[in-house]
Amino acid sequence: MRIKATLAGLGLCALSVMTAQAQTTQPLKIGFLAEMAGIYGAPGQDQYDAFMLAVEERGGKLGDVPVQIFKEDTQFKPDVASQIVDRLMDREKVELFTGLTYTHIALAVYKKINDKGGFMIASNTGPAPIAGQGCVPNFFASTWQNDQLSEVVGKYAAEKGYKNVFALAPNYQAGRDFVAGFKDAYGKPLLDEVYTPVAQQDFSAELSMIQAASPDAVYVFYPGALGVNFVKQYHQAGLSTIPLLNTATTESINLPAQGEAAMGAVNGSFWGPDFDNDTSKHFVEAFEAKYKRIPSQYAAQSYDAALLIDSALRKVKGDLSDKDAFRAALKEADFKSLRGDFKFGNNHFPIQDFHIFEAYKDGKGRMNVRRIATPMVQAQDKFAAQCPMK
Amino acid sequence: MSLFVAQILNSFQLGALLFLMSAGLTLVFGIMNFLNLAHGSLFMVGAYVGATVAAKTGSFTIAIIAAIVATMLLGVVAERTLLRQLYARDHLDQVLCTFGLLLIANEAVRYIWGPSPVFINVPAMLDGTVRIFGQNYPAYRFAIIVAGIVVVLGLYLLISRTRLGMLIRAGANNANMVSALGVNIKFLNTVVFALGAGLAGLGGLLIAPLVSVQPGMGEPILILTLVVIVVGGIGSIRGALYGALIVGLIDTAARVYMQIGLLQIFERSVGQAIGPAIASMLIYILMAIVLAFRPQGLFPVKHG
Amino acid sequence: MAKLEIRELKTWIAGLVILLFAAVPIVSILTDQAFYMAQYSRIMIYALAAVALNLILGFGGMVSLGHALYIGIGAYGAGMLDFHGVTNGWLQLLAALGVGGLFATAIGAVVVRLKGMTFIMITLAFAQMGYFLAVTLRTYGGEDGRAISARSQMYLLDFSNPVVLYYAIFACLMATLWWVDRVITSRFGMAIRGSKSNERRMLALGFPTFRYKLAAYVISAQICVVAGFLLANLTLYASPSYMQWMVSAELIIMVILGGMFTVFGPVIGALVFLLLEEWLSNFHSASFPAFGELVNEHWLAVLGAFVIVVVLTARNGVYGYVGKRGRTP
Repeated sequence: MRIKATLAGLGLCALSVMTAQAQTTQPLKIGFLAEMAGIYGAPGQDQYDAFMLAVEERGGKLGDVPVQIFKEDTQFKPDVASQIVDRLMDREKVELFTGLTYTHIALAVYKKINDKGGFMIASNTGPAPIAGQGCVPNFFASTWQNDQLSEVVGKYAAEKGYKNVFALAPNYQAGRDFVAGFKDAYGKPLLDEVYTPVAQQDFSAELSMIQAASPDAVYVFYPGALGVNFVKQYHQAGLSTIPLLNTATTESINLPAQGEAAMGAVNGSFWGPDFDNDTSKHFVEAFEAKYKRIPSQYAAQSYDAALLIDSALRKVKGDLSDKDAFRAALKEADFKSLRGDFKFGNNHFPIQDFHIFEAYKDGKGRMNVRRIATPMVQAQDKFAAQCPMK
Repeated sequence: MSLFVAQILNSFQLGALLFLMSAGLTLVFGIMNFLNLAHGSLFMVGAYVGATVAAKTGSFTIAIIAAIVATMLLGVVAERTLLRQLYARDHLDQVLCTFGLLLIANEAVRYIWGPSPVFINVPAMLDGTVRIFGQNYPAYRFAIIVAGIVVVLGLYLLISRTRLGMLIRAGANNANMVSALGVNIKFLNTVVFALGAGLAGLGGLLIAPLVSVQPGMGEPILILTLVVIVVGGIGSIRGALYGALIVGLIDTAARVYMQIGLLQIFERSVGQAIGPAIASMLIYILMAIVLAFRPQGLFPVKHG
Repeated sequence: MAKLEIRELKTWIAGLVILLFAAVPIVSILTDQAFYMAQYSRIMIYALAAVALNLILGFGGMVSLGHALYIGIGAYGAGMLDFHGVTNGWLQLLAALGVGGLFATAIGAVVVRLKGMTFIMITLAFAQMGYFLAVTLRTYGGEDGRAISARSQMYLLDFSNPVVLYYAIFACLMATLWWVDRVITSRFGMAIRGSKSNERRMLALGFPTFRYKLAAYVISAQICVVAGFLLANLTLYASPSYMQWMVSAELIIMVILGGMFTVFGPVIGALVFLLLEEWLSNFHSASFPAFGELVNEHWLAVLGAFVIVVVLTARNGVYGYVGKRGRTP
């Protein structure tokens, strides 16, 4: 009798081991959505490179499970993104997505992914609707909420005692939001607020206005190529004596093109390449060795997203069928982030420190950023209260 | 007062750039009746080649020569192989083929140089400010204005004092007649196209230190160039010049002063909401008005 | 009614494609791949816009590089009203058509008198204006655009059911094809086609060509507005990117690719173009992976080369080529 029981027990063990193995030999499919081509492609490329770095370091696995990455270019078009999601979820049965570079793409697909039972770990954009009223349980951001990036700079400006600040941004939703966030935290009325046409690359007119106005400091939000243009022309116009505060303008992805024109410019972010913890140091070293460039915050966010997914997958042993378990594992965020401690707020956006960085020339003669202040500690975004999730 | 002077100078600088782009394009259209959507791509190639050469040699002057030569060569090759087959075809075909070229050019550039913007420095000699009418103005921008004036003078001399210029004027006036008179019209076409390409490449290089050199940088300037040509009059270099100045003024100074004016009249939030919108649309409104009343442009070529 | 030559290969192809479109939802449900319905819904919407564009482009000789503007107006009609809580699809459509009609008439009045290159460029410029206007509409999402909360409430038709939406689009496309087929042989259609080949003669014959061309332009625009409305419903999003001039250029390519001298050509063009786009951007090659990477990363260049080849060789498009040796009107 006991022999039969033991044999049965052994048989069951063998069976469960075999089925467990059978489950994990099928690679886990992950959809990576970003813009990687054309003029909008630079941040998305950084996101992808960092994510793949994390996967390769783990031998093509995340959470000890082999993964298959579906790299998809959403082409800056929401209808294309929508169709890609449909195809990946219906045809390829993908249940996990990451990436997402731009707000309007995120807004177009996040609800659909959630409603169809998929998970989204966004590693760039953090729009207010998703953080607040429109929050959904299967959405997680490894990044920040848009407003926070400008609030930290506003706080810094207030602390430095700048009396007259001139603000500029491109005339679209994100541009206005960032200036509003800055104004909020800065507390005082601005000297002037100018919104330039989105397509405009030559700021000669606005720079002449700044020269005439003589502010104590200038705050701008000009991401990507616009940021390169603005900083070069700012320097050209002889305005570099006026402190240039910014969000997403003088960051690692733009510094090589801006060169010394960016010297001394100050921007706000949640992470910089000079961070002291082990994960960050390892990440910067590995990224520079593999890709021969300094990682930007976009790369850092994406690397963290990979680490987050890695930790959560390990907890559920690579099995996504129990959605609640996977969600809980993600929420736990039990991993060593490159920003230090990591925890999620109720709306699945991180509660984290925000720092001020200054552009300088590092020991290797490259333009780089270093941390000079930390005005916001363990800050949660202001939309969390509007999100009904606990 | 000083702001006004600065804005006028800014307008001239933009005008200079637009003239470089539109002079070539308007000639190509006037003589070969050819609409080239890939003209902005030549601008882009000039910027990329110039930036790379400047980085390798450290000399801005060599970069200028390299940019002009490279784009002229590219123009000649494209014209002799593909484009001359399109002269006889209708504009739709030309639009589509040159659009295809535009796509290929963007991807080729991205393949060779990567998707991130490329870096080129303003030449050290010009990295300062000059004093004009008591106003500090960036030296490099002023240099662009000077370059524009030089090109205008050069083109004037070419067109009115040389045999080639006479052929160009004749071709713009009546291409068939020129051919019937025994001139090698194919050669003339190639020369005109190469000239336009070289000017576009020069424009690209000149603006490169100020803006980001990236795939697709030619499209926004192309659209502005089309507006200049339409407003000035197709085929007319005079039209290109005045059109460039007008568009330069409207897209720079008028934009700023209109927004200031709006803020005086309306409440701040309203002014800030509609100001940029109308500013972006100003040049198109101008174009619509010109086309409504003078469809042939403001300074059209007088056809014999 | 233009003669339906049952023996012509063209008619067979057209019939097959229509059958294909009609069958997609059935196949989709049977294979449990909802994706196909979404994909072909999108194809049919662009086919609808391309057929509309062809009315003035192929038959009227007016090359509009700004027709995507009207798709945008249709999409924003749904998006803007949805923002204000109006989910009644018929009202949204009415509003979109109203605005579209206004814009089309105003723009058309200026534009239709022009010819050739000026026409092309000014349509481009007006589309750009519309794009910038949409970008500055901060409340409706500005540059990002805005998600639409739910599919339009059409009362008789439940758009939230993808099958219903699919067949609604299908019905619009069929209706438009039938109507265009009738119109081009009507007096109105003949006037348009006549204006294309020799406007002076038409004027001499007493046709008020301006009025006819304007009417054709407005109708073509309004059909695009409907297409835009359907697109917003399909993607549940309204964005200025729907109005970018690249989209207008792509529409023209679809028309040429399919065959601009035929009624059904643009449908084939849209089908081929969009399927090609998808195939190229996901191109994988097991035997030459590097080549595959090259293609799918730079697929726009491949597309560009393809367009050039088509324009230079198959001037009458795929469908036109199959039909007869270039039957130009």
